[in-house]
Amino acid sequence: MNIDMSLVDWSRAQFALTAIYHFLFVPLTLGLSFIVAIMETIYVATGDDKWKEVTLFWMKLFGINFAIGLATGIIMEFEFGTNWANYSWFVGDIFGAPLAIEGIMAFFLESTFFAVMFFGWKRVSKKFHLLSTWLVAIGSNLSALWILVANGWMQHPVGMEFNPKTARSEMINFWDVIFNPNAVNKFLHTISAGYITSAIFVVAISSYFLLKSDKLRDFAKRSILVAASFGLITSGYNILTGDSSAYTIVHNQPVKLAAMEGLYKGKQGAEIVAFGILNPEKEVGDINEDFLVALSIPKALSILGYHKLDAYIPGLDDLVFGNEKYGIESAASKIEKGKKAVAALRAFKEAKKANDMPKAKAALEEFRKYEKYMGYGYLNDPKEIVPNVPITFYSFHLMVGLGIWFFVLMMVMLYKAMTGTLARSKTWLKLAFYSLPLGFLANEFGWIVAEVGRQPWAVQDLLPVKIATTHISTTSVMITFFMFAFIFTLLLIAEVRIMATQIKLKAQGGHNV
Amino acid sequence: MFEKLSTLALQEYWWFIISLLGGLFLFLTFVQGGQSKIWSLRSEEQKDLLVNAIGRKWELTFTTLVLFGGALFAAFALFYAVSFGGAYALWMAILFSFIIQAVAYEYRKKPGNFLGQKTYEAFLLINGTVGIFLLGVAISTFFTGAAFKLDDMKHLTWLGSARGLEALADPFSILFGVMLIFLARTLADLYFIFIIEDKEIVEKMRKALRVDFGLFLVLFLIVATMLLTKDGVGYDAKGFYIEHYKYLHNFLAMPAVLVAFLAGVVLLVTGVAISFAKVCRRCFWLAAVGVVLVGLSLLLVAGYDHTAYYPSTVDLASSLTIENSSGSRNTLVTMSYVSLMVPFVVAYIAYVWRLMDRKPLDGDEVEHDVMSY
Repeated sequence: MNIDMSLVDWSRAQFALTAIYHFLFVPLTLGLSFIVAIMETIYVATGDDKWKEVTLFWMKLFGINFAIGLATGIIMEFEFGTNWANYSWFVGDIFGAPLAIEGIMAFFLESTFFAVMFFGWKRVSKKFHLLSTWLVAIGSNLSALWILVANGWMQHPVGMEFNPKTARSEMINFWDVIFNPNAVNKFLHTISAGYITSAIFVVAISSYFLLKSDKLRDFAKRSILVAASFGLITSGYNILTGDSSAYTIVHNQPVKLAAMEGLYKGKQGAEIVAFGILNPEKEVGDINEDFLVALSIPKALSILGYHKLDAYIPGLDDLVFGNEKYGIESAASKIEKGKKAVAALRAFKEAKKANDMPKAKAALEEFRKYEKYMGYGYLNDPKEIVPNVPITFYSFHLMVGLGIWFFVLMMVMLYKAMTGTLARSKTWLKLAFYSLPLGFLANEFGWIVAEVGRQPWAVQDLLPVKIATTHISTTSVMITFFMFAFIFTLLLIAEVRIMATQIKLKAQGGHNV
Repeated sequence: MFEKLSTLALQEYWWFIISLLGGLFLFLTFVQGGQSKIWSLRSEEQKDLLVNAIGRKWELTFTTLVLFGGALFAAFALFYAVSFGGAYALWMAILFSFIIQAVAYEYRKKPGNFLGQKTYEAFLLINGTVGIFLLGVAISTFFTGAAFKLDDMKHLTWLGSARGLEALADPFSILFGVMLIFLARTLADLYFIFIIEDKEIVEKMRKALRVDFGLFLVLFLIVATMLLTKDGVGYDAKGFYIEHYKYLHNFLAMPAVLVAFLAGVVLLVTGVAISFAKVCRRCFWLAAVGVVLVGLSLLLVAGYDHTAYYPSTVDLASSLTIENSSGSRNTLVTMSYVSLMVPFVVAYIAYVWRLMDRKPLDGDEVEHDVMSY
């Protein structure tokens, strides 16, 4: 098969661009919808109009963000088909059920009740309005569930078998797909990250109000009380789900784990690098040191991965070149078997076309023998199985570092809000305000770890990215890449400016605009 | 329950759901039709009223389109791969028009919106005209087919000269696209008469209805004639073949579909005709049901009765049918259980729609609602 790598790279770049933009807006939608629902619940329970003012302001910002999230979301769905036609066919049968559920359960819930949430204040009862706000929050989060089930399956394909007749993966167990541990952990970790981002968003803007004006002290304090409580609970939960996510990666994607930790040579009692600077000269298989500087927590990686002090964690060298002592097969051996699987599949197809059933049967038997290595058959160099180590390593460590900072920030802000000392704590207010972009950055880092770390696979071990693309001209993809880069950037600037204007107007006037 | 159905019955069931979604989407394009009318109003207040009237429904149209695509991916993944991957330029142009629509309502009047109100209104116009036209062109390829080939591994080779835009050279596709623009505008006229409390706008829409519906009717008659006299691609156990008057034969072979089609046309014409005579709010619903039925029956005719719903114009054997492009039996069964939720979803949408639209929208409400667009 002739593969145009520039087409693969541009297709990859376009999808990454769309995902990065989309993932700027989605986390805020996921969390802010719940924060607004909590605020409105307090308003309905207490009848206090000040809570309504708080609700309306954050709801307005939610609406501004929601619109651009939809704009980038529609492209993501259709790009599976436009740019990844081979992938669409390969996984379509697995993604079918989760997508159908997402469409029927989540999308309509979200879009139907969104209209009530925004325009129904005078058209429906208070309680029905509140119900609508909660249903929008639930609908938004359900959307995330099903797409993350699909993504979780790509990282750890289960509940399927490859059908050589149709040349695609087919679902054999729906529940295995839905309750795939990778998908469950991914969902919980991703939505809790979205909740934290939203909590930081509310806390940061409220801190800005406190720094700017005394008039908004009550408004800001109410907002911070809700957001910091929500943020503290969810950031604690996020740390726990991060641990579970890492556990599934250890067992299902050892190459990704090794890249996340910059681990080249496997070891018993492997440590976790708390802080480190990778050696830029380091290559798989050489004798250079892994790090220029590293501060590590001894044995932590073995404990995390296997709950044992001295468990062996394979490094990139083991995974590429193999390690007989620990029963790790080399990538070269997998590639050889993969090529046998691909050749057998081709022979099976040709025999079927020629109506040569004995030959087809023999080819099928040969294929089944090497089936699980099929994806490797499209690789040429064992080192191709290694993702970009610096990007994966630094993204992972920055994400973890920021996650810890968010936990501390939420704890302090909640404490200060509850003790009435917040308005005097200028330093903490400034720290909270400057943390505003960090929540979004942490989400992007997390996404980069998940997606760059799984390279070269579109579907782990089964389908490399390079054969998943649609065969179109590179120029076509370049044109749409720049078209999307231009329009998304334009719309992002518009969104930020509109939000900033709303915030400034609020700070000046003290009323919703 | 669904396990007992044959695989063909499951495939037909899912083609029915997709056809129904297509019909619902056609009806919901009144939003796009409305967008194409904003520029015809001079007063800012009236413009705001129009934008807010359709602005409360645009997401439903958007969601239905997303679900239409999602359902095709879910049930007929090969079509998803072939059409979206092949007609790349056409679909990208359509999607681009929906990206700019999604932000236009929310950002149009917001202070600090960077691009200015007129730009966002232009976005709405582009989506309401060019977007809907191109979507019509894309839908028409269910009947005209496309130039593609599939190998044994289902890898696609697209032989169209302009990645889907070559359909713009086909008169049937162009007429189909233009017809959808005027259908959307007709529905928008009826929707504004239904929802807006402003005598001047209502009269304006009643006048516009004559032009929009008149043009739609002429185009519809031409398109229907072309469709009924068109060749189609049929298939049997021996393979694919060209069949003269395939779609006419399909209508005749499936009387229920023919009745649905004719009933749809009658309902639409009746709804419009009454609105010519008097201000009729509920006529919108007559026309709505009519459009859903027409859309549903057209898509059923495209896919049922051993018809290739996406014929290959260069290699008949590569043509897509509901049988050779569907998901596995297991997936179809699972999704069919999920589809049992559809009546519940339709029920809550209808309930909420009724609740929100029981009182017409007037300028006063738009002006005093802090959430207005």
